[in-house]
Order: sequence, then structure tokens, then C-alpha cells
Amino acid sequence: MAKKADGPVVQEYFTKEQQRLRMAARDVIKKEVLPYIDEWEEAGEFPREMYTLFGDLGFLGVGYDESIGGSGGDVFDQIVLTEELMRSGSGGFAAGLGSLNIAIPPIVRRGTDEQRERFVRPVLEGKRIAALGVTEPGGGSDVANLQTTAVRDGDHYVVNGSKTFITSGVRADQLTCAVRTGGPGAHGISFLVIEKETPGYAVGRSLKKTGWWASDTAEIFFDNCRVPAENLIGEENQGFYAIMENFQSERLSLSVMANMTAQMALEESMRYTKERQAFGKPLQGFQVTRHKLVDMATLVEVSREFTYRVAAKINAGIEQIKEISMAKNFACSVADRVTYDAVQLFGGYGYMRGYLVERLYRDNRILTIGGGTTEIMKEIISKLM
Amino acid sequence: MSQNIYFNKEHEQVRKALRDFVNKRINPFVDEWEAQGIAPLHELFKEMGELGFLGIRYDPKYGGEGLDYWYETVMLEEISRIKCGAIPMAIAVQTNMATPAIDQFGSEYLKEKYLQAAIKGEMVGAIAVTEPGAGSDVAALQTFARRDGDSYILNGSKTYITNGTQADFLTLLARTSDAPGYHSFSLFVVPTGLPGFKISKKLDKLGMRSSDTAELYFDDLRIPAENLIGEEGEGFIYQMQQFQHERFAALPMCYVGGEDMIRETVEYLRGRIVFGKPLIKRQVLRHRLVQWLSELESLRQLTYHIVRLKEAGRDVTREISMGKLLGGDLLNKIADGCLQMYGGMGFMNEMRVSRFFRDARLISIGGGASEVMSEVLAKLEGF
Repeated sequence: MAKKADGPVVQEYFTKEQQRLRMAARDVIKKEVLPYIDEWEEAGEFPREMYTLFGDLGFLGVGYDESIGGSGGDVFDQIVLTEELMRSGSGGFAAGLGSLNIAIPPIVRRGTDEQRERFVRPVLEGKRIAALGVTEPGGGSDVANLQTTAVRDGDHYVVNGSKTFITSGVRADQLTCAVRTGGPGAHGISFLVIEKETPGYAVGRSLKKTGWWASDTAEIFFDNCRVPAENLIGEENQGFYAIMENFQSERLSLSVMANMTAQMALEESMRYTKERQAFGKPLQGFQVTRHKLVDMATLVEVSREFTYRVAAKINAGIEQIKEISMAKNFACSVADRVTYDAVQLFGGYGYMRGYLVERLYRDNRILTIGGGTTEIMKEIISKLM
Repeated sequence: MSQNIYFNKEHEQVRKALRDFVNKRINPFVDEWEAQGIAPLHELFKEMGELGFLGIRYDPKYGGEGLDYWYETVMLEEISRIKCGAIPMAIAVQTNMATPAIDQFGSEYLKEKYLQAAIKGEMVGAIAVTEPGAGSDVAALQTFARRDGDSYILNGSKTYITNGTQADFLTLLARTSDAPGYHSFSLFVVPTGLPGFKISKKLDKLGMRSSDTAELYFDDLRIPAENLIGEEGEGFIYQMQQFQHERFAALPMCYVGGEDMIRETVEYLRGRIVFGKPLIKRQVLRHRLVQWLSELESLRQLTYHIVRLKEAGRDVTREISMGKLLGGDLLNKIADGCLQMYGGMGFMNEMRVSRFFRDARLISIGGGASEVMSEVLAKLEGF
């Protein structure tokens, strides 16, 4: 809370410490990431050392308790970090480095101390890469219908099936994997942590995508993959709730990514339309351009404020399933519109590789799909209305 | 399916020949060409030229078919069924962007040497108007052709030139006078084999991957004066007319390409079972699909209206500009919407819809951006 003179209280979302975290993260991105990001995008992955670097600096541990190897901090510390990772100009880098944030929360919340030591601490230190495995070739949004089976056999589960669109899947050392341990439907699902070296675990090809190039995305196959029963997270057949719980933070993160994508597209557009001359004056000299920029800025502002408001409630422990679904839909539709307009303002240049808006346009496209499509968000919202 | 009232048996024969060609000689190779970032246009155009596909409207004297705009529309509709945007664009450059001015204003010499070769597919053409500093603002062009005896000496650069690394000749707009106004430009046929022609770079793009797009550079390139199209100083006027052929070609790309993508998406939705039933059973998706089909049908009928006006010899700048303005935005909306219906699969390069999404983005920029269409229209309306 900050106070302006004797006026009413203005609610601030970020503390001074969080501002310092922002500056520190921005500095590292500028020095260690921005000079190489174009190269990594072309290569389809970033160096593995980035995990250890960001782990050593404590950035990977932001939002996690010190007792499990984290750096402490709350939802807004995580937002700061996501926003600054997005400043790399590569959604793939942010998503790849950040894949732990969808992979380890179920272990943090529902795992045992021993599981947290094995599967959380080394991930926060950047020594192991963690990925989440829910989506399958036959089903994305329809989680309750997932087909990968885990049959108990002594002190192991025998896993068969496959997962797809797994962010960081090519390199992940461990997969927080949703499997069917019980009957059909939502009540037969559990979470298992499956390690890469487990016999029967196979990584398919690195998938070529519209955007998010710097992130390695893979199909993963399980062929009689024997997973120790001690790798079960929480109770058997209670995994569906863990998945739903996890979605809330993933959707917040995607909303923040969408807002940042739009923010950067807006900044690029402001800069370019000031410089670029057409018909004897800068593009900003045209009323339609100015009004378009105003519309873009208004949408970005409104979306960001709404996302922060929902984040503040999540931070206070208030359930925001409906609101975060609304925030994701709104932020993504804003980013769709703003990135489209940014490419349009750049004209032919906006279509060429090497211009940030071209990448933002491609990277943005996944946001209305990943972490639950816009249509699924609407199904959720309508049920909660 | 759209009801047909304009096309007769002869049109349908031409349609069938084109469709067979696209299915056998183009579509099976599109993935490979997209991956390579270029298509073998000399081979492809040679084959198409032999079948008479590249000179539908042009005078039989130069190897053309001497047919009307309805046949041209058939041709444009059928190449729009190619499973990418780049190859239809490359073909349209040859037929609707780089050659109409030669046909309309060129000398006998230029027609015999270049138009004929383009129609036969012996030469690949490109249209060179845009420059690094000027796209839609054509009057801001800097490339200069200075008269010197029997030739013009060309200096400057052009960018976003489709077919640019393979072209045998460019139909190029250059400044021939420093005076302000629209009579300071001339249109030339520039053979790329002449000294002083350089390809600065092949450009890497969001989409249209199998189209080779280049930035070109001219350093004291000597163009023979006989390569001037029409009269000196009239190039801008000629190009404005040539643009109408270029922009018209975008219309079938929108309504045929868009509908083709919708049909393919519907097949996917029929097979995709989510929450116990096929996605096509979802009302929201069905309504979205018919909305797009309704808008595409309107664009198709506007296009046929334009063809009728063209056949009646009318100026159709207004209607073509409206069609491109609507079509560009519509195609992007459909591309985005179809991709959404594929979900995560749609984000993967192996799916045609992801290519369609990337390719569609150019339609509201290339050949005059939506904003330029709006400017043209506002002027015509007297606003």
C-alpha cells in the first residue's frame, strides 16, 4: 500500500523488493539472453546452462518456500519473473525455462518431504529439468478421458500410453505425468513422477511449431514403463483435482504472458510508427494510426489491471477459477488483436523474420490454446456462472 | 456448395484440366518446396505454359489463349486450391502482376520477347515496385533510371520481390524524373542477366515459405531504351492499372482458399471426439463455420459481379479495393478460427492449418495493405 500525500490509498501490486527483483532479472536477460536469443530460436532450443544460471541466481525458486530450496516470494514475485523472462522477446524461452512452474506445484502441494527433496529441490537449483505431462494425442482439454494407463504391479506401476505437446519434453529429466490408475472418468486419474532414464520411457521427435521455437516440445511414449510406486504424488485416483488446482496458476502465468506479448507489440509499434515515414510524414501523423495505437494501449492496460486484480485475490488464497479463466480469455484476445495490428503497422517488415513483431505474432498464437483453450475456459466459466 | 450460374461446359473443362494439374503436379510437392524455401518455377511454369495456363487472357499472337475474364477467374480459383499460399502467389505474379502492363502498353518487341516467353513459361517474371523506404507510398520511390543515349542507367534497390531469386525479368517501376507528381515514373522490363543486377539477399518470412522473396540491388544497370513499357513518365499510371489485376487475383485466393480450409477443418471436427462426441456436434463451432461460409459467399458473389463489370469494360477499382479489404481480413479471421478448432495440433507445423495461418497474414499486407485499400476507397468516395 502506498499513500499519495494525504489522498486516498492507492493499492500497489508490487513491493520495493519485487521492483528490485525485476531490475535484477531484467539485467540478466539483457546480458545473458538477448544477445543470443535469435540464435536459440533458430536452433529450436536454448542452452541447458540457462537452467543452472537461473537456478544459481535463485530465479527458478521464486515463489517457492526456502525449506524446499526455493527463494520465497509470492504470486507477484512470480509475475515479475514471468514478465521479465518475456522481455527476452521469446515466448519459447519463457515457457521452456518456466516449465517447472507447471510441473512441480503438484509435488510441492501434495508430495511427501522425500519427494520434494528428490523432485523439487534439484529442479529449483536448475540441476534437473521438469515437465508436465497431461495432454495426449487423442485428448487435450478432455482431461477426464485420458488414456495412458498405470497398472499396479507389486511396488511398481506399469505405464503404457503416450503424451504430446510436452513443453521441455525433449530434455526433461522428470515428467509429472497424469495417468489412469482407476476406472474411466475423472476419479481414475493419478499423478506419477516418471524419470527419463526409466526403461520404457521414450522421447519422440522435437515438434516443429508455429511459434515458441526456443522451447523443445515433444511427444513421450511409455512402453511397459515400470515406475516405482513411491513416485505417486498424493493419493491414488485423486489426480484430477491436482490437475485442476494446477491449472489456476498456469492460466495466471499464460495471462501474464499474453499481456506482456501485447505490451511489447505495442512498444514496438509506438517506436516504429514514430520513425517510419509514409506519404511525407511519420505513420503516427495519421489519425487512423494514432487511434489504432490508442485502442491497443487501452486494451493492454485494462487486461493487465484485471489480471493483477485476479492475481491479488489468488495471492490472498481466494479461489479464482472463474475469474482466472476470464482473465486468460481476455488477455489472449487482447494479445491476438494487438499482435495482429502491430504486424499490420509494420507492413511488409512485419512479415519478415528478424522483426520482433513477427515473432510475437507467431508466439502469441499458442496462448489461446495452451493451458486450456478459449472454448474450454468458456465451458468452465459458464458452469460457474 | 456455391450455386453455379456463370460457368458453362467449356469453363468447366478448363477448370478440370487445371484441377488435375494442381492435384498431380503441384500438391504432392508442396511440402517439399515449403521445406526448401523455394519452388522450381522454371520447370513448373514450362509445364503450365505448355498447357496454356499462363496466357489465358492474352493474345494468341503471343501464345495466349485469347479467353475472357471468366476463364481467368476459373484459373485463379483452381490455383487457389493449392495447399499453400506461396505457389498460387508465384503463378499470379507471372499472370496477373508482372505481365498485364506489357500486354496492355508494351511494344510489339516487348510482347514478342517477354510476354510470349512468360506465357510459354520459358521465362519467370517478377514485379518490382516496393523499396525499403516505400511500400504502399509508391510516390516515395527512389530507384532512378537515367536516360543515357540508347539506354537508361538504373540505380537503387527493390524489396519483397516475389520470385525474386529466380526471375528472368522484372517489370520494374522507377523514377525517371525528380519532378513531384505522378508523371515522374516509368515502367520497364528489366532482364536480370544484365551487368549491375544483384540479389542482396533472399528474405526469411513468417509464411509463404516456398516463395523465394528477395531484396534486389541495381548498380549502374544499363536497360536498353526499347525495354521501356509504353511512354516515359506514364509508369505510375500503368502500374495503378496493373495493380487492379494483382489485387483481383487475391479475391479467389480468399474465397476458394478459405472455403477449402473450412472443408478440411470440418473433416477434422467430424473425427475428433471430445467429451464423448465429435467436435462438429458443438453448436458454437457449427455457427462459427457457417458465419465464415456466409461471408465467403458474399465475397465470391462480389468477385463475379466484378468479372461482369470487367467484361462490360467498366472501371472496377472501387469494387476490387473493397473485395481485397474485406477478403484480407476475412481470410485471417478464418485462418485463426480454423487453427483454434484444431487446438494444440493446429500450432504444429505438420498441420496444413498452421501454414494457412502464416500464409494468410500476407493477404492484408501484400499488393496494397488494407489501409491503402481504405485510402483508395475514401478518395473514390470523395471523403
